[in-house]
Amino acid sequence: MLEPADWTAIWLTLRLATITTLILLLLGTPVAWWLARTRSRWKGPLVALVALPIVLPPTVLGFYLLLFMGPEGPLGQLTRFLGLGLLPFTFWGLVVASSFYSLPFVVQPIQNAFEAIGERPLEAAATLRASPLDTFFSVVVPLARPGYLTATVMGFAHTIGEFGVVLMIGGNIPGQTRVVSVQIFDHVESMAYPQAHGLAASMVVFAFLVLLVLYTLNPTGRRP
Amino acid sequence: MRIKIVALCSSLLTLILLASAMADEIPVAVAANFTAPMQMIAANFERATGRRAVLSFGATGTLYAQIKNGAPFEILLAADSATPAKLEQEGLAVPGTRATYAIGKLMLWSAKPDLVDNHGQILKTGNFKHLALAAPQLAPYGAAAMETLTKLELLTALQDKLVQGENIAQTHQFVSTGNAELGFVALSQVYENGKLRSGSGWIVPAGLHTPIRQDAVLLAKGKDHPSAQALLQFLHNNQSRKIIESFGYELE
Repeated sequence: MLEPADWTAIWLTLRLATITTLILLLLGTPVAWWLARTRSRWKGPLVALVALPIVLPPTVLGFYLLLFMGPEGPLGQLTRFLGLGLLPFTFWGLVVASSFYSLPFVVQPIQNAFEAIGERPLEAAATLRASPLDTFFSVVVPLARPGYLTATVMGFAHTIGEFGVVLMIGGNIPGQTRVVSVQIFDHVESMAYPQAHGLAASMVVFAFLVLLVLYTLNPTGRRP
Repeated sequence: MRIKIVALCSSLLTLILLASAMADEIPVAVAANFTAPMQMIAANFERATGRRAVLSFGATGTLYAQIKNGAPFEILLAADSATPAKLEQEGLAVPGTRATYAIGKLMLWSAKPDLVDNHGQILKTGNFKHLALAAPQLAPYGAAAMETLTKLELLTALQDKLVQGENIAQTHQFVSTGNAELGFVALSQVYENGKLRSGSGWIVPAGLHTPIRQDAVLLAKGKDHPSAQALLQFLHNNQSRKIIESFGYELE
């Protein structure tokens, strides 16, 4: 039922979601840690900033990313200066865009998990003379495991489901930026409903399985 | 207190319902390339008749799919002649109401002032990273761009540089933000009062692609709506024709 072009789109989408999730877990952990521990007055604004992609329409993100990464934009000038060319219409451009787009879905569960740990385990570790780094990896990360599971699954699934942003900065290039959601859009728009069904139904099954795994493995984990 | 709120809400709701019932509105589906001229024509129409055209813009293929699936549009201004004909065949448009309202011109355009020469030689040099065009299976201007590249025997050479917008409006956006150095846009998007608004461009000669005849048609949903018919007529009056020409379209 699926054409070779569909498989190309599926493989591309999985690659995009995997790389984006890994980047976000790496970048999101220090951000979540700082947000969970700080008493700074900057906490409020930063929490709001991280949550922005949840409420902004993808067209706003897509539009500003197009300008931001374009030849006149600050990121565009930086990538050009570094000899990397411009990001729109490239796979790595999508990675950058997805990292903004999915950021709250990774940071928030980790932050919640860090906050739930509280002071006591950290104090206990400190009295046993564990270094902060040791405490973080031997105490905090294991205790925050449910948060990490939720963050990984939600970050991954949310990137898979991305559409509006990709449409605005992707340029619909097979194997580069034509992800599954755009491929479905093209099928539907050109009235190729059977092909659209093949991919769309796969997406429904995929999303259901992801959520099933999440809630089975992590029944007490907080939802983002 | 609660009663008061309920009363307020229901009177507000009544007002909103009344307002939408009272205004004589015509839902119109407009091909993206005709956005700017149609906005002016619709404003003139409202001034002249007090009736309001509610415009929805999109790729012709998209609009077709929406109409086929029950969209409330009463008029379609397509970017081609095939789509209105198809709708008529399928019983979704009123027979005998099809007419060409504009003949579109394709332009190879760049936001940079000196990039595109008068003969489109830049295409042969391949000296650029991205060439934008509208999705050929959805948008007639995209199909015309494809035809042009095929006829110039450049399609294989440039294949890797092509980026697609979902419609001609998005394609224009890619080029105007400089993310694609150049692209095939509708002349109407970059042309006003007889000259280019900015950048540089080459008007693709008509011989390189089938003419982009843009037809309008009365849809089945507008069959018994006199205002819809009036708007269709209005497209062909002198004032509207002048607007259409000033955007670089040709007329019959």
